[in-house]
Order: sequence, then C-alpha cells, then structure tokens
Amino acid sequence: MTMTPTTTDAPPPASAPAPPHAASARPKRSRRRTPMTWLRGGGLWNLAFLAPMLIVFGVFSWWPIARAFVMSFQETNLVSPPTWVWFDNFARVLSDPNLGTAVLNTAYFAALALVFGFPLPIIMAVLMSEVRRGKGLYSALAYLPVVVPPVVAVLLWKVFYNASPDGVFNTVLGWVGIPPQPWLQSSATAMPSLVIEATWAAAGGSIIIYLAALIAVPPELYDAAEVDGAGIWRKIWHVTLPQLRGILFIMLILQIIGTAQVFLEPYLFTGGGPNNATLTVLLLIYRYAFQNSLGGDYGEATALSLMLAIFLGILSWLYFKLTDRWSTN
Amino acid sequence: MKSRRTVAIAGIAALAMVGALAACSDAGGSDDGKLELRVATFPPGAEQAAYDAFAEQEKQFEKANPDIDIVGVEYEWTAPTFAAQLAGGSLPDVFTVPFTDTKTLLENGQLMDVTDDIDELGYADKFNPIILDEVTGSDGNVYGFPRQAYANGLHYNRDLFEQAGLDPDQPPTTWDEVRAAAKTIAEKTGKAGYATMASGNTGGWQLSVQADSRGASLQTDNGDGTYTSTIDNDATKATLQYLHDLRWEDDSMGATFDLDWGSINQEFAAGNIGMYTSGSDVYTALVRDFGMPSDQYGLTVIPVEDSGGVLGGGDIAVMPPTLDDETKAAAVKWIDWYYMQKLLNEDAAVADAKALSASDQPVGTPVLPVLDKETYLESQKWIEPYVNVPLDQMTGFTDGIFDQTPVGEFKGQTQPIYALMDNLVQAVLTDENADIDALLAQVDVDAQALLDQ
Repeated sequence: MTMTPTTTDAPPPASAPAPPHAASARPKRSRRRTPMTWLRGGGLWNLAFLAPMLIVFGVFSWWPIARAFVMSFQETNLVSPPTWVWFDNFARVLSDPNLGTAVLNTAYFAALALVFGFPLPIIMAVLMSEVRRGKGLYSALAYLPVVVPPVVAVLLWKVFYNASPDGVFNTVLGWVGIPPQPWLQSSATAMPSLVIEATWAAAGGSIIIYLAALIAVPPELYDAAEVDGAGIWRKIWHVTLPQLRGILFIMLILQIIGTAQVFLEPYLFTGGGPNNATLTVLLLIYRYAFQNSLGGDYGEATALSLMLAIFLGILSWLYFKLTDRWSTN
Repeated sequence: MKSRRTVAIAGIAALAMVGALAACSDAGGSDDGKLELRVATFPPGAEQAAYDAFAEQEKQFEKANPDIDIVGVEYEWTAPTFAAQLAGGSLPDVFTVPFTDTKTLLENGQLMDVTDDIDELGYADKFNPIILDEVTGSDGNVYGFPRQAYANGLHYNRDLFEQAGLDPDQPPTTWDEVRAAAKTIAEKTGKAGYATMASGNTGGWQLSVQADSRGASLQTDNGDGTYTSTIDNDATKATLQYLHDLRWEDDSMGATFDLDWGSINQEFAAGNIGMYTSGSDVYTALVRDFGMPSDQYGLTVIPVEDSGGVLGGGDIAVMPPTLDDETKAAAVKWIDWYYMQKLLNEDAAVADAKALSASDQPVGTPVLPVLDKETYLESQKWIEPYVNVPLDQMTGFTDGIFDQTPVGEFKGQTQPIYALMDNLVQAVLTDENADIDALLAQVDVDAQALLDQ
C-alpha cells in the first residue's frame, strides 16, 4: 500500500476553520475511504468516546432486549436449562382469560387518563401563561409532584385513600357532606383512584412542556385576533391550539404509550385487585414472571412483552402516518 | 496533543467502567482464609435487639468453628422476591422455604440432597414422619431440615376485647361466636372486629385455613402425580358467605380489604383489628418486628366444625444445590447448630433461650413439634426458666391444639392456586353482589387448568 501524501491525509490544525470548499470535496473523499483513513481520521478515538455509552446501553438495554426476544420462544425458569417451545408461550398467553381482563383494564386506564389527564395540563398551561405575576411560583408548584419519587408518591396517596371515615380524603369529603368513599377497596372506584394519582403525578411535566411551547407562539397572532374581535376562547381555539398542534400530537402518542405500559400504580396501590379490577397488561407480565415463587414463567412474560412492544410499535407508526398527513394539510 | 490526552482519559474511563461492571459479580471467599458462609437472618424491619442476639449466637458458633466466617443476610420469603433471588443466584447459602414450595423445588433439582448428612448427625428417625415427608423426594432422599412447624390459630387483641366489654380470657370457640364478637368490637370500638388476609397469595392461604376448619378438602391427590381441584365445595362456599356477611351485613371488617401477611400484622399490632387467623408462631414477628405490646396479645385455636381440621405449615432450612463440598459441610454445621440442636440438646436449647431472652427476644412462642412430641415437650421444660412470652394469654391455643386434627396444605400448584383464591376473598369483601357460586365454579376450572399443565 503506497502512501501518497495528499491534502486530505494531513490533519488540519484543530483550531483551523473549515475550508470553504469542504462541501464540494466530500464526495471525492468518501470514494477513497479505507480502514486506514478511518483510523487516521480519528475513528478509534471516536469509538473510545462512544464506548461508555455503547457498553451501558449494550449491557443494560440491548442485551436484555435480545435475551427477552430469545426467551419468548423458550420455556425457562432461569435455573434449569431452557427448552425451545417456539410459539407455545404466545398461544398460552393468548388463551389466558386474564389477558382480556388486563387489556380491557389497560384500555380503561388509558381512556380515563386521556379524558381527564390529557386536557388538564393544557388548560393549566394556558391559564398559567395568562398569569402576569408569580409565573415561576406556579410552575414550581405544578412541577413539584414530578420531583417526588413515584414510589413515595404512591405510598403517600395510599394513606390518603384510606377507606375508613377518618382517612384523609374521606375526612375532606365529610366536610362537604359527602359520605366516605371506598377508593381502592372497591372494584368500581379502584381504577379511577389510580388515574387521579397518575394524573397528579404526571401533569407537572406536561405543563412545563406546554408552557415552553406557548412562549413560542408569536404574540402578533393574538394581537391580530384581538383586532378581529376574538375573545379568550376564540383566541385559544384559533391561535393557541393550532400553534401547539405539533407538540399536542407528540404528547398524545407519548401518553398513549405511557398508559399502555402502566405498572407502578396498580402494582403498588392494589396489586391488581380487587378481584383483578386493576390488573393491567404490564402487571400481568410481572405476574407471569414473578408470582409463582418457584421460578416463574419467564417465557410467557417475555412473549406478552414482545406482543405489547409490537402492538405499540404499529400503533406509533400508524399514528405518525396519520398525523403526518394532517400536519401537511 | 491535547486530544490524545482526552482520548487517553476517555479510554481509562471506559476501562474503569468495565472494571466496575465486572466487580458487580459476587466476590466470594474471605480475606483472612476463613470460609465465608452467607446465612439467612431476619426479614427487613427486625429490631436491633434481634440482630444483637444473632451477633451473640454468631460469635458462639464462630468460636466453636474458627475456620468459618458467618455473614448474616437479611431474608424474607415472599413469592416474587424468592423467584428473582433464585433466578439471580443471590440467595444465601442457608435459607428457609415454607413447606408449600418444598416439593416442587426439590423435584426441580433446586435443593441440595442432605440425606447422608442427616444420617450422620443421627437424628433422621427423630423427625415427626408427617413433617419429614414434606422434604422427602420421590427418590426417597431428604432435601432439607424441617426446623419449625406451626398450626394456624385465632389471634385476638385483648385490649379491644375489654373495650368492647368482652372477656379476653373467654375467647370465641365457634365461628358464630367469632362473628358476634367481631360485631360487638366493631360497634363498640369502631375498629375492625375481624379481618382476613386477601392479597399476595395470603388470601388463598387463609381461605384454605378457614374452609378446612369447616371440613373442606380443596384438592384430591390422585396418587399418580396428578391432582383434582375440589375448591368448589360447600365448606369453601360457607366460608366465603361468612366473610361476605361479616363485611356487608355486620360491617365488622373495617375498611381495608387488601391486607397481606405483613400489613395485617401491622394493623393488628397497631390495635386496629380485633381478630384474625394466621400461623401460631406469628407472636414473635408481632412483638419483634411490628412493635405490639405483649399484654394486648391473645391466641386461641381456630373454631373447628363439621369434622374440619386445623391447617398447619412450617418451613425447612435448605441450601442451593450449587454449593461446593466445603461450603456445604459448613452450611450443614450451621443448620445443625443454629436450627436443630436447640430442639434436641438441653445445653443448646438453654444457650439459645438465654441469648434470646438476654436481648428481650421472644422465647417460648407456641409452635408444633418437628421432632417427636416427647422430645418437644422435654425441650419446653429445658427452656422454661427463660420463657418470656405471655403463655397464660395463649392457653386457648396451647390447651386445645393437640386435640385438633392437623391438615397439611394441598400439594399441587399451591401458591398459584392461592393466587387464584385471593380473588375470591377480594370479590366477596369488595363487591356486595358478588356471585359466590359462579366465582367458585370459575376458580375451580382455573385451578384444574393449572394442575393439568
């Protein structure tokens, strides 16, 4: 291999500005790219910088994902050697009567969270953006629940939800003459109780994002609307919401993906009870893997995880296809 | 030059991280050449005195066995954590498992064979044969040391009994009397007169206890390795109807219906529950881990009707099958010393009782004999001077328990079926219109499906 000295081989001084003809030289350079040029161009150093990230993601994310994929076709308790069962795990999961319950419960949670949890941060953000004084204080107050560690928040709310007449919420309801509610202790009220806490816990993060997006709305649009005689509601409807459209779409899909994977609340609040009223898909996965003390059914657990991942993948793809068309329109 | 140095630093950082990751794996072995033996101690939350007593016993053992370094590991058997620890290989070298899991574990090859060790120690024939059967595999080998057995009992709060105008020295003896007492307690004190566990598989466990006491048999062993579910029977139905009526007609079960072993103990220790059923040995945990004042505690036998029996259980000290010979030998020494000798040998029993009572730990909590009854009664005499539990508040149990018929937990898919039965208890306690017949029929079908897998 001959080493013809060329201008590209000699590394430019680090502080030198990029030559103006760099863009036009690019195709030429890529034609002559060899492992040696990659090496001399600092490829190894790039790799060294990338290594920590690659290792962390590889060990803690990609390797478990790959293992889970393989495991969904095996029967294993992680102690005895695994056996290949191919699609048996999928068939068993699909014939489990609890799957229907879990899917319906998850959809119920998602629907409640969408109806109550999705508009709330938007309304709050719009109202807060209208406030002239103490905006920072309101933002901090709204964001506070996000700072509380989720497990602590749930355990705290569990105390609030004490169903006896002297429970925190029941005492407050008593002041206005409402009889004590069973909260988590009844199949009918358990899921709405979970949604209330989840909304409280998540709203702060969304409010901050919406507030940031609202700042980006050009004030001239509001001025123009005002000149045209628009009131506050018409301004929100015709200026704010259309301007937030992009961010609303993103937040909506994030919320759908998030609620489809709800686990923490049912796990900590109710363990899926009463009588499976709050059993969600992720909790069912957890039960497959860990409820049986004798090793669990990791094959079924990973099979259901894989199905959920595929479902969410398709959902996201469809969603972006649809919203793409709407945004271009 | 500057960038080279940066790259070098990045490289070192990457290497350091790989090193740190590698260090996550278990080290094993001890620095001073001693053999390190990791043994289970107490569940999380045990008070300092318990650890002090353990440290004293650890010192005594290490003095007698200078080549072994005992490392106590916090341990509690719960279904989800046990599965994860088993899979992750992070269980201690010596730990305990309940009878319910023993058969499956040993048949899966997940427990160490200790037949020869028990023979060498010379007390294989001393075990209560019913209990030894719990740890014997189909190959006839023994896979653990039964170390403690209990029968379920009815625990009651003497303080609430008095507040409600009931006599704490005359606890209820029939389920109807339990219901009447529960109603009185709820009306007079505003606390739950009666409560039952309902989640984390414990709902199924206690439903079995209460149904068995009414003469239920929840499963038939066909003798060929298969089982038939018989959960849908009159006694189970009567039990569920009873719970339903206490909850909805009498309103005497309080407002919390998702209790498990830990939370029901907590509520009971805090004086919020009048009566509940659980293992007879729970006094130790109530006082040691949940801070219950001992003078409020009362224990009697579970009412038995229609030739019902009292469900018992227990746990065994075991080792994972992966231990090397040296560690296994040390583990057997520890099990023999820590768990077994105090049942067999006067000096060991006295030393153990002394160490526990010196740290104000309960001595003399009622249990059932794992060895023959004579040895058990004799061992109770040895430790008599050190007994510090209020045995006079437990006479209802200690006087009556040997007259009751002991019943073992059903063997097929015990824990998964308990999980199914949790839903039955939750349903009748949280839904006034729960259709008990339909629920029972469904659980029976689901249980049979598990048994047929």
